[in-house]
Amino acid sequence: MRGATHAKWAACAAAVALAASACGGGGGGSSSGSGTVSASWGDPQNPLEPSNTNEVQGGKVLDMIFRGLKRYNAKTGAAEDMLAKSIETTDSQNFTVTVKDGWKFSNGEAVTAQSFVDAWNYGASLKNNQKNAYFFGYIQGYDKTHPDTGKQTADTLSGLKVTGTNTFTVALTQKFSTFPDTLGYAAFSPLPKSFFSDHAAWVAKPVGNGPYTINSYTKGSQMSLTKWADYPGDDKAKNDGVTLKVYTDNNTAYNDLLAGNLDLVDDVPAAQLKNAKSDLNGRYINTPAGIIQTLAFPFYDPKWNTSGATKVRQGLSMAINRQQITDTIFQKTRTPASDWTSPVLGEKGGFQEGLCGKYCDYNPSEAKKMIQDGGGLPGGQVKISYNADTGSHKEWVDAVCNSINNALGNDKACVGNPIGTFADFRNQIGQHKMPGPFRAGWQMDYPLIQNFLQPLYYTNASSNDGQWSNKQFDNLVNQANAETDTSKAIKLFQQAEGVVRDNMAAIPLWYQNGSAGYSDKVSNVALNQFSVPVYNEITVN
Amino acid sequence: MPEQPPYEEEEFHHGPEGPPPEDLAIAPTGFGGTMDLGSSEAETLEKTPGGPEGTGPKEKPRSLWSDAWRDLRRNPVFIISGLVILFLVVISIWPGLITTQSPLKCDLSKAQQGSQPGHPFGFDGQGCDVYTRTVYGTRISISVGVLATIGVALLGSFLGGLAGFYGGMGDSILSRITDIFFAIPVVLGGLVLLSVVTSNTIWPVVGFMVLLGWPQVSRIARGSVITTKENDYVHAARALGASNSRMLLRHITPNAVAPVIVVATIALGTYISLEATLSYLGVGLKPPTVSWGIDISSASAYIRQAPHMLLWPAGALAITVLAFIMLGDAVRDALDPKLR
Amino acid sequence: MGRYVIRRLLQMIPVFIGATLLIFVMVNVMGDPIAGLCGERKCDPATAAQLRSEFGLDKPLWQQYLTYLGHIFTGDFGTAFNGQPVTELMATAFPVTIRLTIVAIFFEIIIGITLGVITGLRRGRPVDTGVLLLTLVVISVPTFVTGLLAQLLLGVKWGWIKPSVSTDATFGELIVPGLVLASVSLAYVTRLTRTSIAENKRSDYVRTAVAKGLPRRRVTIRHLLRNSLIPVVTFIGTDIGALMGGAIVTERIFNIHGVGYQLYQGIVRQNTQTVVGFVTILVLIFMVANLLVDLLYAVLDPRIRYA
Repeated sequence: MRGATHAKWAACAAAVALAASACGGGGGGSSSGSGTVSASWGDPQNPLEPSNTNEVQGGKVLDMIFRGLKRYNAKTGAAEDMLAKSIETTDSQNFTVTVKDGWKFSNGEAVTAQSFVDAWNYGASLKNNQKNAYFFGYIQGYDKTHPDTGKQTADTLSGLKVTGTNTFTVALTQKFSTFPDTLGYAAFSPLPKSFFSDHAAWVAKPVGNGPYTINSYTKGSQMSLTKWADYPGDDKAKNDGVTLKVYTDNNTAYNDLLAGNLDLVDDVPAAQLKNAKSDLNGRYINTPAGIIQTLAFPFYDPKWNTSGATKVRQGLSMAINRQQITDTIFQKTRTPASDWTSPVLGEKGGFQEGLCGKYCDYNPSEAKKMIQDGGGLPGGQVKISYNADTGSHKEWVDAVCNSINNALGNDKACVGNPIGTFADFRNQIGQHKMPGPFRAGWQMDYPLIQNFLQPLYYTNASSNDGQWSNKQFDNLVNQANAETDTSKAIKLFQQAEGVVRDNMAAIPLWYQNGSAGYSDKVSNVALNQFSVPVYNEITVN
Repeated sequence: MPEQPPYEEEEFHHGPEGPPPEDLAIAPTGFGGTMDLGSSEAETLEKTPGGPEGTGPKEKPRSLWSDAWRDLRRNPVFIISGLVILFLVVISIWPGLITTQSPLKCDLSKAQQGSQPGHPFGFDGQGCDVYTRTVYGTRISISVGVLATIGVALLGSFLGGLAGFYGGMGDSILSRITDIFFAIPVVLGGLVLLSVVTSNTIWPVVGFMVLLGWPQVSRIARGSVITTKENDYVHAARALGASNSRMLLRHITPNAVAPVIVVATIALGTYISLEATLSYLGVGLKPPTVSWGIDISSASAYIRQAPHMLLWPAGALAITVLAFIMLGDAVRDALDPKLR
Repeated sequence: MGRYVIRRLLQMIPVFIGATLLIFVMVNVMGDPIAGLCGERKCDPATAAQLRSEFGLDKPLWQQYLTYLGHIFTGDFGTAFNGQPVTELMATAFPVTIRLTIVAIFFEIIIGITLGVITGLRRGRPVDTGVLLLTLVVISVPTFVTGLLAQLLLGVKWGWIKPSVSTDATFGELIVPGLVLASVSLAYVTRLTRTSIAENKRSDYVRTAVAKGLPRRRVTIRHLLRNSLIPVVTFIGTDIGALMGGAIVTERIFNIHGVGYQLYQGIVRQNTQTVVGFVTILVLIFMVANLLVDLLYAVLDPRIRYA
């Protein structure tokens, strides 16, 4: 590289002569005004409509500019009333919601019951193409506004009725005792009238009722948010604003943090974790989040659906040295999983440490025996599919494969199968083309055990990508949802989880933590249970 | 790319000593911004009728090649790069000669560790032996380079040669098609085409390189054939009633092939390098294939913590590319009478 | 001259149509983009079907292409999945990449040609050998390795530059990325100039000029350089397109939100409209640059005239 650096010197000289800005000035400085925080961001995939945002990057913004009926406590995850004065029900099926007085959108418009009902109707209406529409699926009339095929026959949900300025009622199609706790999800946010009257302008620069307002938004590169001084809530922003900068490569973001060019990186690349603590003088946090990584299986492939295949899956699970991988590859930002939910639920919420038992403990000799007993690996080799464009998936898939190969004493027993793009990965999953186990990550929408089980393992559920189907499991989930007593419902969900374990419907790998690094310019940095930074609490030194 | 003769030829007005239009058929575009250099000289090859070799149709090819060979044998650059390449080829065929371990045997507990007895290059992020992987990577990287070059050279010179020889409508169409392929950035084409590939063999990558690389050679071959076609001995052969196929095989090909060889040798290095770039973008070769590109791209994330992981495969790659480019340079110098 | 330009412009039409068709087909081979829009779950079939029909994805490929081509002629490049018109993306991305390309070309011309002239005039001397080796080293190291090293050393270790480029992407910030982007081409320009100078140095007109007693400097610049620049100009001209398209790697490393970034995003999200739109413009730039290069010949070499 001697040559290259030489040339660069020459170039710097030339450029200075050109009277462009000086070469190598650099370092620090750019992080905008005094009280603002600059943070890493990814380009949201969809327009920033609440019912259309289903990934973390867009979620970060919604979390700053919207407040819903409920809000999940950043530390405990408990759903607490935010805009809701009360949500009452007698039968777990019909709810009466009362909205607090005095809330406003940042454009001055009052937040009323109508703001919620309009927003929900919009989200549930097929013609609006909202990707989170299924969140309204329990509300009566959803089959009319969002039929599976054909045109919609109604534009509004018959189950929603405004009964006063600040009250509305919700009628569900079935008993759903924990429904109020789901209302903290961004899709249930209220919307101002301007959203409907001038949609294009709203999307270009969204207006909400949260502690921040959007100052400017250059799609694909940067968003600048400022503190809303008149915000009526208690969780006012403790900084003057946040600048979100889009990065394509999280390594670059991390380098920027090191160079003092950025204040907060909430996705420290796996390769940098080892030195993150020393690099940043301890300005590094690593907190549990409601994310679990599993390996799902293609149950539509007869080879994986034999009676012996359960043993093979269990054997594979035992061949994975979770502890070593989470320690080495992830530097303890993951915790070996021993059930199919997440520690953030807490014991009360249904988390059961050690549920998986010996099948999640590393035991190479037993693993080898189990796989042989089960008839060997289908086709003699497992291919673990993952998408190569995002996340540090290659590292852990390779490590899992090496672990399996070492346990089985065969260099080619397991290979990674990278798929170029996430879109193509999802496509191949959708078309049932997975050649073997595949990466399945689940980030909770709301902190309920139901959210970790039903979408993933219920017959034909939206994220049951392996098409696993088990009558016993389905029955238990149905019973749990109808149960009005929360603790009894959780017991039933746990029984259903036992069915998942007995069949090893998916191999649990590890619980993912949120990790973030920050500059010495800011303090009070924390991540909530969705691994999103709690921006409004950050203070600028 | 400049417009090329002869379909433009009638539009040039040359002065009395004006250059033949072939002079403009120089400097092909690169493969992804990386082009060969030699071609400008290579293309002007043999257009000096009074040159030492331009004496007769039969002697000429022989004397050109034997002259070149005599030059090369005395050129230290050629000898060094030749020896390096020979060594690389040998270990890519028999990697077991200098290593005893398996490149797929990895122990995570040794991840990122540095050099230690028995493991001179240390371990990578998965705890695999970097030395063994670098040795085994030679095979794949060289195979990709060689196969892609052969494919590009064959397809390119076949199409370019025919177009140059017959001219007319087919030539115009081919020139437009080359323009189309030139206009599409290579890395971009790689991202799009290779991201759908699921095979973990080297063929998709090789196929992609051939698909986007042939126009480069085709242009040179075409220009070269056109130049050769105008030589007196070819006119003489035609006057004597030689058939088209005989002319192509006996008279034109031996004389027109030199520039193609030069370009191909240099391009070989760039293909090896391109494989690494594709891996960096996540669309290159796939495990369990062991290649320098895969190792370099996974090591690039660890550049701060464990630079040794990047250093060895990247060094091996640089030396290989260097050897091929130097070889190409030497061959070009030897084949170019003007620079003697 | 006018007739020549018109002819060349007409020839661009089939190339333009061919290139857009090729890229259109390539992107479509990647499959259905809708599946990636719904996160880690199946899109509900009704919404997916509706999105497909809105983006015209339910039509046969040839029909999609014709519709697309029709829209392009009215200046409508379609809409990206995040609801933003592609023309808007272009308006933000192209200025950035054009600046980056200007910086890169600037380095190619200044450094590449200077080094080429020096080595060409001193063929075989230590300077020549040294620079030659240097160019070989630059060529043999992949650009992304050069870029990552530059970012690590200059940006993080020594703090001379910022590791990433801000949204404004001013010329000053683009110096190092531009140099990384140009590095390989720069090496080629050096070598091309060197060969060309070395060849022409012995030509009759240079000998005549020297014999006439013209000052050396004048001979070098007026006669030698001017004639030797033709292959270099050709190379740089064709390189403009390659640089803009090849910036994917550089833009990713330095987080520059230009054409390469938009293309990368477009490909990863399988957004046909974005990818085809950007490539279309790149193809146009490539063709126009080539035309300009050919016209430049006439300036550099008075013997060439276009009718």
